[in-house]
Amino acid sequence: MSVAKPLPHDASVLHVSGEARYIDDIPAPAGTLHLAFGTSSIARGKITKMDIEAVRGASGVVAVLTCNDLPGANDVSPSIHDEPLLADGQVHYLGQPLFLVVAKSHLAARKAARLADVQYDALPAILTIEQAMAADSRFEEGPRVYEKGDIEAALKSAPQMVEGTIEIGGQEHFYLEGQAALALPQEGGDMIVHSSTQHPTEIQHKVAEALNVPMHAVRVETRRMGGGFGGKESQGNALAVATAVAASLTGHACKMRYDRDDDMMITGKRHDFRIAYRAGVDPDGKILGVEFTHWARCGWAQDLSLPVADRAMLHADNAYHLPAARITSHRLRTNTQSATAFRGFGGPQGMLGIERVMDHIAHKLGLDPLEVRRRNYYRAAKAGTGKAAATPQLTPYHMPVEDFILHEMTDALAESANYAERRRAIAEWNARNPVLKKGIALTPVKFGISFTLTHLNQAGALVHVYQDGSVHLNHGGTEMGQGLFQKVAQVAAARFAISPELIKITATDTAKVPNTSATAASSGTDLNGMAVKAACDTIRERMADFLAAEHQVKAGEVRFADGQVHVGGSTYSFAEAAKRAYEGRVSLSATGFYKTPKVAWDRIKGRGRPFFYFAYGASVTEVVIDRLTGENRILRTDILHDAGATLNPAIDIGQIEGGYVQGAGWLTTEELVWDDQGRLRTHAPSTYKIPATSDRPKVFNLRLWDAENREETIYRSKAVGEPPLMHGISAFLALSDAIAACGSAYPCLDAPATPERILSAIRRIEEPR
Amino acid sequence: MVDIAFLLNGDAVRLADTSPTRTLLDWLREERGLTGTKEGCNEGDCGACTVMVTGSDGKSRALNACILFLPQLHGKSVRTVEGIAGPKGQLHPVQEAMVTHHGSQCGFCTPGFVVSMAVAHKSGASNFDDQLAGNLCRCTGYAPIIRAAEAAQGAPVPDWMEDTPPADLASPQPFAPQSSDELAAWYLENPDATLIAGATDVGLWVTKSLRNLDKVAFLNQCADLARISVTSKEIRIGAGVTMTDVETLMQDHHPAFAEMIRRYGSVQVRNAATIGGNIANGSPIGDGPPALIALGARLILRKGRDRREIALEDFFIEYGKQDRAAGEFVEAISIPRQADTLKVYKLSKRFDQDISAVCGAFNVIVEDDKITGARIAFGGMAGTPKRASHVEAALIGHAWSQATIESAMTHMREDFDPMTDMRASADYRMVAAENMLMRCFLEEQGQTVSVLQVQS
Repeated sequence: MSVAKPLPHDASVLHVSGEARYIDDIPAPAGTLHLAFGTSSIARGKITKMDIEAVRGASGVVAVLTCNDLPGANDVSPSIHDEPLLADGQVHYLGQPLFLVVAKSHLAARKAARLADVQYDALPAILTIEQAMAADSRFEEGPRVYEKGDIEAALKSAPQMVEGTIEIGGQEHFYLEGQAALALPQEGGDMIVHSSTQHPTEIQHKVAEALNVPMHAVRVETRRMGGGFGGKESQGNALAVATAVAASLTGHACKMRYDRDDDMMITGKRHDFRIAYRAGVDPDGKILGVEFTHWARCGWAQDLSLPVADRAMLHADNAYHLPAARITSHRLRTNTQSATAFRGFGGPQGMLGIERVMDHIAHKLGLDPLEVRRRNYYRAAKAGTGKAAATPQLTPYHMPVEDFILHEMTDALAESANYAERRRAIAEWNARNPVLKKGIALTPVKFGISFTLTHLNQAGALVHVYQDGSVHLNHGGTEMGQGLFQKVAQVAAARFAISPELIKITATDTAKVPNTSATAASSGTDLNGMAVKAACDTIRERMADFLAAEHQVKAGEVRFADGQVHVGGSTYSFAEAAKRAYEGRVSLSATGFYKTPKVAWDRIKGRGRPFFYFAYGASVTEVVIDRLTGENRILRTDILHDAGATLNPAIDIGQIEGGYVQGAGWLTTEELVWDDQGRLRTHAPSTYKIPATSDRPKVFNLRLWDAENREETIYRSKAVGEPPLMHGISAFLALSDAIAACGSAYPCLDAPATPERILSAIRRIEEPR
Repeated sequence: MVDIAFLLNGDAVRLADTSPTRTLLDWLREERGLTGTKEGCNEGDCGACTVMVTGSDGKSRALNACILFLPQLHGKSVRTVEGIAGPKGQLHPVQEAMVTHHGSQCGFCTPGFVVSMAVAHKSGASNFDDQLAGNLCRCTGYAPIIRAAEAAQGAPVPDWMEDTPPADLASPQPFAPQSSDELAAWYLENPDATLIAGATDVGLWVTKSLRNLDKVAFLNQCADLARISVTSKEIRIGAGVTMTDVETLMQDHHPAFAEMIRRYGSVQVRNAATIGGNIANGSPIGDGPPALIALGARLILRKGRDRREIALEDFFIEYGKQDRAAGEFVEAISIPRQADTLKVYKLSKRFDQDISAVCGAFNVIVEDDKITGARIAFGGMAGTPKRASHVEAALIGHAWSQATIESAMTHMREDFDPMTDMRASADYRMVAAENMLMRCFLEEQGQTVSVLQVQS
């Protein structure tokens, strides 16, 4: 079996040798033109004059396009057609593309893009939550509200109340490869687009709209991305459409890649949130009811903000049974970059809200936060695959939690990480050290797997077996580094019982598999692995039927094992079997299709089963802070994570390590700062600080909870893309724990916990010197 | 338009008619089709474009190709990721280890990591967190990359990694003077020219501000500017000495300064950046000046044949304005020899490769429990690097005690009125600066004051 093996990423040798091609590395045809956007310098207003003569006259410039020069739709929105490629008179954020420069070089295009004379009638920009609420500037008609139980009664009768607010910053994706696209014009008005995208079908759809052609005239190919993290789910649309339009108008191949500063100024980021909470608890710290209010700054266009904000609500419970709950979510329209998908898709923000509540309750009642968490956990699932909890408890969106395994995972992690003893040792250490303080926190993750937009939970695959026994594999998922292609190739190899080397992994291509969903929501392997399995099984059955007939045995007696096919008394190599089948005129090409079962969800009512299953995990982080400066370090992290029956432990562990560091970065050093004009001041790695190598935990222990998924997923594995990011919450709450050692009040730490925020929290709670 | 000769992955390259501010990265990717070297940020902060450059001294260094101008390579050897593997495609031990230890996910940062790792491997370095601080990875969380670096440590250096740079070629270019005398004469005639040493700052004028620099001089061939001399009276550092070499030098004399430089930029940046450039650009957040001012360093400025020497703090007049005449350049910095009491605290959002919100340098002399001297300087607290004169005055002559420190802290507001920006608020800067003085005292009392010294 090739599944469950820790095989390296399929492109690892290409990565280390520099041979792996990204969009900007693809040899471009002679005469390829290069594109850059001219962008707005104010956050909100009306364009009164746009003089682009100097741009047109600049060295190397071939053409300059404005919204009046487009052949088709001026829209790159993935949702409600509210996102013009080029501004149509109104400016909605600082950095918005106004015009498109087509030039002979990347540098010439960038230089020319700065030469326009644009005048505006500026309007007061809506930048903050307060401003947006005051102006009722929002998406949807009003806040979404999900409710369960009688929250008013629960809060009224609660013996203890815990109340507070947490500010949660956004996050720049900082994929190392910036957004890029290359469009190659074809005969008859057709277009091929190479795009660094998580969603080739969406690119195809938007390019077709922009060129005013049917989708069949556009083929989109994506071999790999240099990182995506959600930032390439919709944010590549503008570049792909721009290159296709320019290629169509000029007849030349056109390429566009954002310089890093442009990328950060133009594209959306993780939504920043404010979450207010009121929790009623009993004296043991058990929650009787919680009321959350979410305010999400969504930026200027709707993009994916509704499902993001929904998912934040859907994770407002995390691992805890809330007998009564009300979650109110305001999706605010602001004059900033349009916030977009980012690993976790709102889930992390919602989860941080309830983890903060747990922490606050523990502090208020003087209990160990882990004990409070355990007391509030959902009821455990019954042991054994497929069996639900005795009486499953309901989430605030009325979905029964049938597969809850965090009790035993938490016990195992607390023990392996020596949590209780270290907590005591830290208290003693803190008593001896006046300047530095340590902190520790154990936090769980329960993350819902499936697209909440139910129809997206489908996937297709295309598999060919050639007469030499080699296999061509294609599916709708895209590779952004997460190892999807390798895992799915291992599935295909297992189905045919052949070595993974015989499987050729090929670029995602809208001409091979149509109507695909974004590679997002952690669903890549679940969906595409199943679709590939179906395709492989179809071919395998055809081969078996043919060989069985040849040997006068039943098809069920044909066995594929160890690279061979056993039938009757004969044994063929897989290649021989394929050749025989070919010569017997058997089709060795098949499509496969999969749709996730069981999911059904009403996002307006907030009721149903949005998720097929949950992925679980828990982590312990220990930190040290400096009470004089707020500087801090992560000293040790232990993670126990549930990837079901792993398809590839090396790749899954890579997702968990990387996810943790990315999540910790979100909540510590990564700070987005806009000034009062709406200008993003942190638009390059010089000012926006993702973790560097020394920021990873000094001691980093990681284990997989290797148990089968109760639901029938591909080889009973579980999705692993997003959930590990939320282990970073334990780093944040460990910092809060360390701060709490500097005084007696609750720190009420906001995120990201930069040294400045940490020092400020310390000063709030410190006893006067 | 210039003549430049260097070795590229073992092959001789000679370029004519090249713009002097053409970056190595653009040239590799656009002219040579060597697309293994990636552009991640185009400003020297992510390391995706890291290349190995071997100089005539035989030392190999990691540098960022995105802010490396082609003339800086004259007479050197360059290896890109394509040249880290052997001529027949054999993987280098660090490449093998990166595969085996799952060190790549999306793979985009990987070539840069591979080159940095190969350079560290060649030099035998094992402080991988420092060696790789200038390479950002967004996927892996770094752990598997460090495991790979450790695994490759013992393997022999493949023979193809040995480069012999082209024999010392005469450099006919008027803008690459061979000595400070030559530079001084040329600059007097061309006072409007831009002097380029490591290009870690000027590089961004080109890649980000998109400026056309018509007239430039490259200083990296002025051998005498790269000289260090240590006598009983002074440590004299030529303006062209790289921060890497300043770090090594300071390990012996003022280890706290060296420890701060460890966090200054990254290996790639320190290999290019010079102490002269760090001073001459006049940045209020340059990390060299506070420590140098606290050490009482003097600046040697040169114009034509004339030299003058001033206290370093006097060079910085106000934001964007230095005491430097047209045609005058920074030639050297002189640090008086002294017993080491220097403490330097660099405060930033991220420990490594981050620009300081505040950088404080404290040189407090205590004799018989009494403060007899104090030179304290800060970066990030004003429009220039600046001394904390009122704080110094509040310390000198007083007992070395917590009470003295607490009282002196209150004078920080007389010395500074810092600004709020994306790195920190004015209030935080002020409180942190005050607290740094307390940290300086507590550290002297033997308390553990750095989170970097703590383990789980």
